[in-house]
Amino acid sequence: MTAPASLAEREPPPAEALDVERLRASFPILAREVHGHRLVYLDNAASAQRPEVVIDAVSDCYRTYYANAHRGVHALSEQSTDAYEAARGKVARFIGAPDSHEVVFTRGTTESLNLVAQSYGRSHLKPGDEVVLTEMEHHSNIVPWQLVCEQAGARVRAAPMTDDGELDLDGFAGLLNERTRVVAVTHVSNALGTVNDIPAVVELTRARSDAAVVVDGAQAAPHMAVDVSALGCDFYAFSGHKMYGPGGIGVLWGRRELLAAMPPYHGGGAMITRVTFERSEYAAPPQRFEAGTPSIAPAIGLGVAVEFLASVGLDRIERHERELLSHTVAILNDLPWVRVLGPGAGTGSPRAAVVSLVIDGVHPHDVATILDEQGVAIRAGHHCAQPLMNRLGVPATVRTSFGMYNTREEVDLFVSNLHEVRRIFG
Amino acid sequence: MSDLRDLYQQVILDHYRAPRNFGALEPVSACAEGYNPLCGDQVKVYLRTDGDVVAAVTFEGVGCAISTASASLMTEAVRGLERPRAEALIASFLALMTGDGNGAAGVDLGKLEVLSGVKDYPVRIKCATLAWHALRAALEGEDSETVTTE
Repeated sequence: MTAPASLAEREPPPAEALDVERLRASFPILAREVHGHRLVYLDNAASAQRPEVVIDAVSDCYRTYYANAHRGVHALSEQSTDAYEAARGKVARFIGAPDSHEVVFTRGTTESLNLVAQSYGRSHLKPGDEVVLTEMEHHSNIVPWQLVCEQAGARVRAAPMTDDGELDLDGFAGLLNERTRVVAVTHVSNALGTVNDIPAVVELTRARSDAAVVVDGAQAAPHMAVDVSALGCDFYAFSGHKMYGPGGIGVLWGRRELLAAMPPYHGGGAMITRVTFERSEYAAPPQRFEAGTPSIAPAIGLGVAVEFLASVGLDRIERHERELLSHTVAILNDLPWVRVLGPGAGTGSPRAAVVSLVIDGVHPHDVATILDEQGVAIRAGHHCAQPLMNRLGVPATVRTSFGMYNTREEVDLFVSNLHEVRRIFG
Repeated sequence: MSDLRDLYQQVILDHYRAPRNFGALEPVSACAEGYNPLCGDQVKVYLRTDGDVVAAVTFEGVGCAISTASASLMTEAVRGLERPRAEALIASFLALMTGDGNGAAGVDLGKLEVLSGVKDYPVRIKCATLAWHALRAALEGEDSETVTTE
């Protein structure tokens, strides 16, 4: 018997590789052409594409059983309600939520974060209190907190980031104190791909304050297995459209006891148990936070999308995207006129599915136009993260972001078109 | 790549690499800022008038090739024009970009025609018109002296 390799040295058991070609066939839009070239879709961090099963699920709902949920006694309403609530259960299982009542359907991450800010935030923030964010937040995890802080006389503080685009945990810890009511942090940076150590953030927060930890999971949920129980946070927000699901549907997961104590966000139908002109009694979560007719078909579509993600396998997706990432960063690091921004640029720091870069002497917008002519869709701009851009000292970046269906050939096409940009700009 | 050559003509690339009249202007009659919240591009346009004549226009800012070249070409094109001519040129240029033929009557855009390729790229039209909107605001602002330095 040979000596066992140490755990640190041992490779994880190799997951069966992703059959990307087969996978691509289930995304109808990938077959289309743009400006006479086959579409190369590298803007997944903005919004991903949908597989046929999701499109069919939404279509099937409208074609065969759609009616309002939680309302009628007729057959269609019952069927829609069942499908809508089944989707909630699927999402709860997907993120390791102990109870499907902890899953609130919203319009997306932005609404989820506004909900936490206005409901939890507004009822906990007093004058002089503080909300701690990070320098790498998306505007949707900054502005809702500014709004509620203005209402409450509280203030927003931003934890620093290193030059490599990683959260400075010491600097973060230094901002925490007895006035901290909320810590709001992104799981994965939409502009840089930085993966934050959420359990460490939670541990530091618990040791120094009574703050609730709110996590923006929009860029994590499509790319890695998320287990809210293991992360230890209090709220977790994400969007359907970035995880191969329909647009107009998102999720706020919250701890049951916190949700149960929170006031409603929107008032209306479906979120009450009894209404008189003197007062109303509110329903229990999640209905308390789902006023009005919900996005029924999109929620059902999201349920199918998370089943699809699980069937492909988050571990396989993560491995495939990590290979694309290393391939991309390795090529780009050899180009002296390209500067890759973000964690380590190839040193192996945690990073997910996003590569942000700048090219000497060429503005990202011009890069995006030239690539688009070749059918390559990327994002150029500030990525709704202006404080982050200011911190990095760049007005904008070129961002390529991967999904499960992207290939090495597509990365190579992206890079060869960067050479074309370079040629045009001489 | 013929379409892209129409967009990125040598004149445009030249003005992008070496923008003319780049920097603050002193003394200045008026200045105005243009900001494109979609992409974060910003430009500040400085205007000096001498009586009814545009004596000088300069600009500062960060932008793409299209917005930088357009601003640079603009500073050359409006210099020495009487105010009504400058206003007509702005209207004509904006009309060229939006494909509205009515605004262009009787005004020779000359060298500015190199930017005509932009109209085939709708998402880029705002890049090309950013500085022009700022110049128009500076010309209007000058009357009320809203933005002036000594």
